[in-house]
Amino acid sequence: MSELESFRGQNPAWCPGCGNLQILRAFKMAMVELGLEPHELTIVSGIGQAGKFPHYTRCNTFNGLHGRTLPVAQAIRLANHEMRVLAVAGDGDCYGEGGNHFLNAMRRNLNITLFVHDNQVYGLTKGQASPTTDEGMITGAQPFGVLYEPLNPIALAVAMDASFVARGFSGDQDQLRGLMQSALEHKGFAFLDILQPCVSYNKINTFQWYRERCYPVGPEHDPGDRVAAFQRALEFGERIPTGIIYRSERQTLEERIPVIANREPLVKQPFLPEDMAGELQRFF
Amino acid sequence: MDYTIKIGGQAGQGLQTIGAVLAKLFARSGFHVFTHQDYMSRIRGGHNFYQVRFADREISASRKVVDILVALDKNTVAEHLGELSPVGLVVYDSETVREKYDGENLLDIPFRQIAMDAAGNRIMENTVAVGAMLGMLGMDLETLDELLTETFARKGREVVDQNLAAAKAGADFARGNCGQCNFSVNIPGLTAAQEKEAAAGVSRAAPKRMLMDGTSAVGLGALAGGCRFYAAYPMTPSTGVMNFMAAQSGRHSLIVEQAEDEIAAINMAIGASYAGVRSMTGTAGGGFALMVEGLSLAGMTETPVVIFVGQRPAPATGFPTRTEQADLLYILHAAHGEFPRVIMAPGNPEQAYYLTGKAFDLAEKYQVPAFIISDQYLADTEWTLDALDPAKIIYQDYRLRAGELAKLADYQRHAYTDTGVSPLAEPGASHHLVVTDSDEHDEDGHLVEDAETRVRMVEKRLLKKQPLIRDQISPPLLHGDKKPETVIVGWGSTYGVIKEAVDRLGEKHSIAMLHFSEIYPFPGTGKFDYLEVLRQAKFTVCVENNATSQFARLMRAETGFVFSKLVTKFDGRPYLLEELLDELGEHDV
Repeated sequence: MSELESFRGQNPAWCPGCGNLQILRAFKMAMVELGLEPHELTIVSGIGQAGKFPHYTRCNTFNGLHGRTLPVAQAIRLANHEMRVLAVAGDGDCYGEGGNHFLNAMRRNLNITLFVHDNQVYGLTKGQASPTTDEGMITGAQPFGVLYEPLNPIALAVAMDASFVARGFSGDQDQLRGLMQSALEHKGFAFLDILQPCVSYNKINTFQWYRERCYPVGPEHDPGDRVAAFQRALEFGERIPTGIIYRSERQTLEERIPVIANREPLVKQPFLPEDMAGELQRFF
Repeated sequence: MDYTIKIGGQAGQGLQTIGAVLAKLFARSGFHVFTHQDYMSRIRGGHNFYQVRFADREISASRKVVDILVALDKNTVAEHLGELSPVGLVVYDSETVREKYDGENLLDIPFRQIAMDAAGNRIMENTVAVGAMLGMLGMDLETLDELLTETFARKGREVVDQNLAAAKAGADFARGNCGQCNFSVNIPGLTAAQEKEAAAGVSRAAPKRMLMDGTSAVGLGALAGGCRFYAAYPMTPSTGVMNFMAAQSGRHSLIVEQAEDEIAAINMAIGASYAGVRSMTGTAGGGFALMVEGLSLAGMTETPVVIFVGQRPAPATGFPTRTEQADLLYILHAAHGEFPRVIMAPGNPEQAYYLTGKAFDLAEKYQVPAFIISDQYLADTEWTLDALDPAKIIYQDYRLRAGELAKLADYQRHAYTDTGVSPLAEPGASHHLVVTDSDEHDEDGHLVEDAETRVRMVEKRLLKKQPLIRDQISPPLLHGDKKPETVIVGWGSTYGVIKEAVDRLGEKHSIAMLHFSEIYPFPGTGKFDYLEVLRQAKFTVCVENNATSQFARLMRAETGFVFSKLVTKFDGRPYLLEELLDELGEHDV
């Protein structure tokens, strides 16, 4: 069995009070509660404050390029479908630079998990608008305020029929831990958008701001009802729903590719050079 | 004997089918075959051609002159009539072409009507044309019978029989109506004794040859090199490799994923490789531009990956279906930062097969990106080969798997070693964690900021590995005179035409070809002092299918050697044999 100490990594270089610290704590507890060992998980992260995440815990790690977490994560899973794969990205990382990959990962529906640390601003590059920054927010790069509408990742994911769509808030540790566990246990592409304050660069969407608005969806919400899920997804402003917004069970890609469906992972299948020799005969 | 058949027409008229069947048939009959294709970036219409050259001795390029021109449309006659050899003939069906030509060397064969009469189906008109070719050449239909039976086996005996009837009717018509036909085709490759037997009707055991294009050769080399994962986005002239691999993925332990873009494609290839399988991606020049950041990711994380780049004449969208060798220096210098890479530029399908296999071996052994550079010409040309030997491709699993990992007390993904090569473990195969980072990192793979680690990592990743990789690179191939007065230098897909030109000129001159197929790390002179050969020659020419003589510049940068003459061609077409001979002839070689 693992314990919290098993997941102790480098000392985080995030700002004191950063929402990432809360996310990290919830993650480690979720791992311990799921009984997972560090080597049983591969985290793929990108670049941004969230990209540093795997260094602050212990697990197999591929800390790749900005925006490119999902292609790497999906291919790891295709090569080894016995490996649990978690992609960790930020809002700029996943919704900006990596938007096309996000769309196509939802379509592929591999059994992987995606956490997006969504603080509605660029932290690493010091405070420019991200795709989820509120309209009107003034930044160094947007002196007249953000002039267009923010991206709604939850609505986008429901529209794409993503297999698991949830929102958490770093300030609600118990709920977040549960959502992380549900996402990691879900069979299919599981997407968890985690609202978190950026104490240095987002003076609008503060800890207090989220605390006043976030509310957990109650038992009356049926995540299997896509229309109801879409209605919830459109709610963002005075009230922000958290919890599992949408869930649709469908076949995963690894269950549909004949080479690996119900078979050993690709990485464990033997390579026999002599099998390839036969291919040459067709050219005579 | 040395004949060229050119089939011209619009896209969608089936000229590729006729060309492909003829090429395979000649190869099976024991001839040496060389084909090349020229097509427009469209699915229907336009003007395309497929050129099949066959001979009773080794050939490796296309010629300008045509012996039989099969015109499936009027435009083909207009464009290519002037290419006819002294014995040359145009064959056409006045019903399809909608024109009746006068002239001794234009033969009207009613392909469509013969197909209707013999097989009751006009769809067989191309089979009639193939039969007519054989009739004109005086060849029998035995090998065609064999081929048609294999090709249409799945469609049933009736379809095979209809096709055979169509071919026979075409052959009969040609024999009966081609008084002008003056072709002499020998059964090739027979010894004197066999020829006697053949003449006596005892045996006709001509050696069967393989017929292979560059695209298939790259795919087969990848399979033999252990490729298990191929991710790509379609782009001419690299799409053929993706299709080839996809066709194999049902039969072998191989996953082929069409990515949403080239950025995803290379990141997927890197992800699969990190997870423990050999992987590859492929694209053309424009798509490679999108992959460049991923290339440096492979360099930084020391993740083995093989990258196939089919060059096209660019900038931007360029000349999509045409050929050029203009991406050498781009591929060599692409990506930010400094890290080692391997570049292979095969000159024919045989080299493409072995060098793709070698690219996998070097990528895995040294944990670096390895390139295969091709172009439309190499991709589409078909060559005859005697055999390929998979045993010549080294396959060794350099990675640490469960068994070895269980014995280790500690593991560091980027550990400092004497060779700079750190142990590469399969994640999840043991409790050892495999950590890597696109940031500068320490031996554990965690990000660092200190200067000392940075210096040691660059030494490990680049400076220690680079000379070891260079030692694995084979020297260029010298073909022809061993102490040549003239040396013709080329790289990649110009191999065949230079070789044949040198063979031709070698009958009267002291001349040799020096061909580079393993280009980077630039070959040293330890195994073969090719620089000495160049320095001793009176005249050195570098032939390239680009505008700025990129290889000549690389040669100068790496060795200081300057060629006496640079020959370039950048019209999007390959060098034909006569064109190159003209270029070289100017200089009294």
